Amino acid sequence: MAELAKTSEAVHRDYTGAKIGMWLFLFTEILLFGGLFLVYAVYRTKHQADFHTAAAELSVAIGAANTMILLTSSLTMALAIAAIRRSAKTASIVFQSLTILFAVIFLVNKYFEWGAKIGHGLYPNSPELLAQSHGTILFYGLYYVMTGLHALHVLIGIGLLLTMLILTVRDRITNTDFVKLENSGLYWHLVDIVWIYLFPLLYLIT
Amino acid sequence: MNDKEQNISTGAYIGIWAALIVLTGITVWVAGLHLGNLSTITALAIATVKTTLVLLFFMHLRYEKPLFIIMLFAPIVTLATIIGLTFVDVWFR
Repeated sequence: MAELAKTSEAVHRDYTGAKIGMWLFLFTEILLFGGLFLVYAVYRTKHQADFHTAAAELSVAIGAANTMILLTSSLTMALAIAAIRRSAKTASIVFQSLTILFAVIFLVNKYFEWGAKIGHGLYPNSPELLAQSHGTILFYGLYYVMTGLHALHVLIGIGLLLTMLILTVRDRITNTDFVKLENSGLYWHLVDIVWIYLFPLLYLIT
Repeated sequence: MNDKEQNISTGAYIGIWAALIVLTGITVWVAGLHLGNLSTITALAIATVKTTLVLLFFMHLRYEKPLFIIMLFAPIVTLATIIGLTFVDVWFR
């Protein structure tokens, strides 16, 4: 009887449905960030020179480093899912932990980056920023909102991945039941994609 | 949940990752050339190539049912329409 219950449970698992649900959520995320990219694009057309000089102030090195870190975290995330599929639980735990580690390093870099900007008096509504041109004020407003919203997604991702790590350790995520981990991976890769566009647009348009 | 997905080897994942890192390097290099308006277009084109790689391989779209890719067109077309119509207003007002 217990064996039968187990079988029917396996039969009723709907991976396609679960993944479609996750993708629908990701679509709302695309439109959320898409709206910000639209605002950025319009104001950049109107204040091209200001955006160029303001973007030159951002550190390309720290932006590029964070891009590499996020791309690598996407790799370890994909490898964590591949590992659990071959029942390599320990490997999956190592790769999930690495993904979380890279996410934390990303946020530490972001902390120093924002800290340096705020140290120079460049933060929304600061007297120093308000004394600058209209385009510069808009650029920094968008910089803080876009990277801030993205960082919030990274922070939520860390919480999500920690939950998945605990579930994997407790054998709640296994090679026959890993859709939670796969959907968390989809979320994590989307956060990576948003940064793939943010990096050139905010840091490299000089 | 497709069995073909099982066939992606660790090596293939690392290859995709290496391509993404190289493309990031190219983006930084092209931006340093100061090509003006062209640099924005190349930056966005490279970002789109990178996104496609992430979608197809890391997010497994290449191995899912075609429905997933068809669905993805909904937000992309919506966003493109909104951006397109807004720019018609910005440019021709």
